[in-house]
Amino acid sequence: MSIYLNKDSKIIVQGMTGGMGAKHTTLMVESGANIVGGVNARKAGTTVELGGKELPVFGTVEEAMKETGADVSVAFVPPAFTKDACFEAIDAEIPLLVVITEGVPVLDTAEVVQYLEGRSTRMIGPNCPGIITPEESLAGITPHTIAGKGPVGLVSKSGTLTYQMMFELKDFGFTTAIGIGGDPIVGTTHIDALEAFENDPDTLAIVMIGEIGGDAEERAAAYIKDHVTKPVVGYVAGFTAPEGKTMGHAGAIVSGSSGTAQAKKEALEAAGVKVGKTPSETAALMREILQNL
Amino acid sequence: MPRGKPRHCSQTKRTGHLVDLMEFQAKELFAKHGVATTLGVVADTPEAARAAAEEMGGVTVVKAQVKAGGRGKAGGVKIAKTADEAESYARDILGMEIKGLTVNRVLVVPATPPVEEYYFSFLLDRSNRSHLCIASVEGGVEIEEVAKTNPDAVAKIRVDALEGVTPEKAAAIVDEAKFPAELRDQAIEMVQALWKVYVEEDATLVEVNPLARLEGDKLEALDGKVSLDDNASEVRHPDHAQFEIREEADALESKAKDKGLNYVKLDGQVGIIGNGAGLVMSTLDVVAYAGEAHGGVKPANFLDIGGGANAQVMADGLDVILGDEQVKSVFVNVFGGITACDEVANGIKGALEILGDEASKPLVVRLDGNNVEAGRRILDELNHPLVTQVDTMDGAADKAAELAHQA
Repeated sequence: MSIYLNKDSKIIVQGMTGGMGAKHTTLMVESGANIVGGVNARKAGTTVELGGKELPVFGTVEEAMKETGADVSVAFVPPAFTKDACFEAIDAEIPLLVVITEGVPVLDTAEVVQYLEGRSTRMIGPNCPGIITPEESLAGITPHTIAGKGPVGLVSKSGTLTYQMMFELKDFGFTTAIGIGGDPIVGTTHIDALEAFENDPDTLAIVMIGEIGGDAEERAAAYIKDHVTKPVVGYVAGFTAPEGKTMGHAGAIVSGSSGTAQAKKEALEAAGVKVGKTPSETAALMREILQNL
Repeated sequence: MPRGKPRHCSQTKRTGHLVDLMEFQAKELFAKHGVATTLGVVADTPEAARAAAEEMGGVTVVKAQVKAGGRGKAGGVKIAKTADEAESYARDILGMEIKGLTVNRVLVVPATPPVEEYYFSFLLDRSNRSHLCIASVEGGVEIEEVAKTNPDAVAKIRVDALEGVTPEKAAAIVDEAKFPAELRDQAIEMVQALWKVYVEEDATLVEVNPLARLEGDKLEALDGKVSLDDNASEVRHPDHAQFEIREEADALESKAKDKGLNYVKLDGQVGIIGNGAGLVMSTLDVVAYAGEAHGGVKPANFLDIGGGANAQVMADGLDVILGDEQVKSVFVNVFGGITACDEVANGIKGALEILGDEASKPLVVRLDGNNVEAGRRILDELNHPLVTQVDTMDGAADKAAELAHQA
């Protein structure tokens, strides 16, 4: 088992014919993910060969879904057009929409997230590495070679820390690793992923990676306390980040007293989550838990 | 709506900053969208302040223009009865430091003493993934204080991101904030105009404190704070470039920005280069912990070179970091995800060639992930006297801290 994505997932790519889209569609095909086509209104009816696979290009998400039975869309659309691409996918009722694009205006994301309410689509991202269920499927840009299948569920704000943590625990492996993105507003939250991992019988333990800014980690801590029975290990990046300075992710800004790494660590620990000081220490904490299961 | 050239999604070199505007810039946006305000005159010399005050006649206010709150408390806001006074206050305020920022300009505005002071803002509400309006008839002071001492006086109203602020919504906001009945219509108009600033300029914060009730029951924004979403500015507001004031930025940050690098200067001795914002933040933490055992050395900067760590980007990054006199060692921490470690190693090799003798401080390199053996081999074969390879992130941080402490 896994969350959100499995070997039966049929994936289309919005923006497949662009530079990033083509590159990562190739990598997804090579990983063994079942990519069934792409969407580009101007190239509808053509095909593109990526990763040794002939992929049809459709005019709309709706058409692509109808023709291929796709249930996942990965968007590599430029930021100016991301909002419209999301609306299109949501209107077509795609079950899972993964938005990789970085630099999306936050007011656009706010509109999309509002639009999701009461609709059937789950959105991951934007500004994220996407989701991987090792040895089954990949919807995003996470390298499929880092780690294989195993008992750990991973949810992280940061892309490279996702990779780092998968690498640290590659001998155990993962059910699913999901990068939710570092923007101030994202579709799928830590809490959503925690809930899904809690309900996934194959996930035995969960690693949660956060970073400074916002209060998502504090809210996740409260959720864990009340709803998560599986062991959770946490890591928070940004203890040394000065107040008021943005550290790359638009979300990673500390303003005022809340949102600091220390506050997040304390909230998680109060919820019974073991929090590592470094990625390696976090991995060691998880290792200990897994060995005693 | 003006559109910038569409930028393709990439994993590299995004700054992602929220751009905070100065008061005079915020007021320009207010005026553009029909928010009642007095623009005044920006002066960068005492003489110019005097000329502005003379022109206005009567009592003026001389206000320090820096991107920091608490300007009044710091002595950066003065009421001048005459042009002489305006000049002399401007002389005091110009060059003053407020929260570490040097005041390089003042805003001179005609004094319009408020009868009452209110508070109003729209902001991005991360927790609820929507927008929030905060309004209070007890303004002019820190709203956080009012919220603590008299929470009932602070109205917090969620704004639907799709519906926005309709005339009905604006009326609901005004009523919930308990604005006086005689100002209701004016307040409703102003709330809609402020929403236009927020949504049409892609702001993440539009704050008016005080929103003043002047003589004759006129509502006016006496002060303004606006933060813009840099993502949106790049995508669809090329005109926002005019708001960038570089003089406040650190010289190294400025240089980095020219090279398109995502760099933040900190106060420390270990230069940091890494890929991915999360990993770089984590690297800073790990170096700070390691530094505890090595004389308390600290990370000197944040620098995310993103996914494409080619020689030129690596050279640009090293060049900026080595320009920091405080830096005694550099830690290059790369996890090869999509980017292969051999490409990164070649980037480091190329950077050292480009920099030549400019590269003068020890480099600790930790490579892991995709194609790590090839990457490490390239650096082994390079056998550069400044480069030390360490296999783990914690170990490399320790080595970099040790080298910085010894230097």
